[in-house]
Amino acid sequence: MKHKVATTVNGRRYEHEVEARLLLVHHLRDNLGLTGTHIGCDTSQCGACTILVDGNAVKSCTLFAVQAEGRSLTTIEGMAKDGELHPIQQAFWDEHGLQCGYCTPGFIMAASYLLSQNPNPTEDEIRKGLEGNLCRCTGYVNIVKAVQTAARTMGGAQVPAGKKAAMTTGGE
Amino acid sequence: MIPAAFEYARASSVEEASKLLNKYGEDAKVLAGGHSLIPLMRLRLAQPTALVDINGIKELDHIKEDGNKLRIGALTRHVTIQSSSVVKGKLPLLAEVAGEVGDNQVRNMGTMGGVIAHADAAGDYPTLALMLDADIVTNQRTIPAHDFFKDLFTTALGPDEIVTEVVFPVANGPHKYVKFRRRLFDWAIVGVAAQKMNGGWRIGLTNVGVTPVRANAVEEALKKGAKPEEAAEHASDGLDPAGDLRASPEYKKHLARVLTKRAIQQAQGT
Repeated sequence: MKHKVATTVNGRRYEHEVEARLLLVHHLRDNLGLTGTHIGCDTSQCGACTILVDGNAVKSCTLFAVQAEGRSLTTIEGMAKDGELHPIQQAFWDEHGLQCGYCTPGFIMAASYLLSQNPNPTEDEIRKGLEGNLCRCTGYVNIVKAVQTAARTMGGAQVPAGKKAAMTTGGE
Repeated sequence: MIPAAFEYARASSVEEASKLLNKYGEDAKVLAGGHSLIPLMRLRLAQPTALVDINGIKELDHIKEDGNKLRIGALTRHVTIQSSSVVKGKLPLLAEVAGEVGDNQVRNMGTMGGVIAHADAAGDYPTLALMLDADIVTNQRTIPAHDFFKDLFTTALGPDEIVTEVVFPVANGPHKYVKFRRRLFDWAIVGVAAQKMNGGWRIGLTNVGVTPVRANAVEEALKKGAKPEEAAEHASDGLDPAGDLRASPEYKKHLARVLTKRAIQQAQGT
């Protein structure tokens, strides 16, 4: 039996008929084509699939799509606005808060939730706040720096001009 | 990994949830936070025939002061418990433990009732429920915690019985939960909770048996005036923990003693 699931994802409304067993992350990637949300571990540990549901960070591999009925979701694709990177994305770029980049969408969404709860976190609070995300390149030092930078820029300081970049281009 | 197919229904009241569980039979499961259930379903270690989603039952999401009791609704998320000023004031040990469950993403979904009903030996709330003599309230009856946890993943709950509330005593004296694990978000390899209450100590142990354990011998020794480090030597009395990938039985017993000492000493500092 299929179930209707109507969601608002990154401000756009979607409606699908899905099997109850369809995981939310598969719904996002396969039905909605939003492949920026990654599947890292499939065991609810790595946080690569982190998205926001009604503003709260969750691991989208550990919800069924039917649970998103009526919810407002934000994925990594919803962070940049009008071709301009979100300050957290910009900070990950500027501080090189990544190596291979696979875990990055999850880290950015987890950082977004962290900063929404605590706009000026200490280093310890950042590390604790990102405990649900794993980086297997062990790039944590720069990830923490990126979140600190994002906290500064989001705290009122303007994102420096000339840092605009399309999301899909490489870092070099 | 894709879970096996199942039927799915949303309940808007506890009565409706109970009826749905009856309809689907004993292989149906309640879906609350889902953060133990869904991982098991993905691995197909659990293959429920139906899920009854109780996330829409808003009256199960509450924290209420009730005289010298603290009533936590079954659907109350860890993040809510962790940040509740009521819990911090009335039972700060519970707020501390809630903040040590999983990670932010897990705490945004996982629930009090889910942890209690799932009864994982490594679950943190069952230890508190047992050592503090909490009551587990269901849609049918009230079950004292010491009669609730029966075996690994096994409780006194019947097939159509749903946890609605967990009722803890108020206790805001010295307290500490020491959770030993390799990574912050892991389950406890061993956990020890200490709470000063009514002039005595309550000591509870996580993941050293098939159910939570109350360290009666440690409590008795403290009552007789033993120092924390002396009393803690009794923490492994009568324990027969199973070994697992992370720890042998001997190591778990060692941890029970060491962490009990730390929990009491750190509690005395709170």
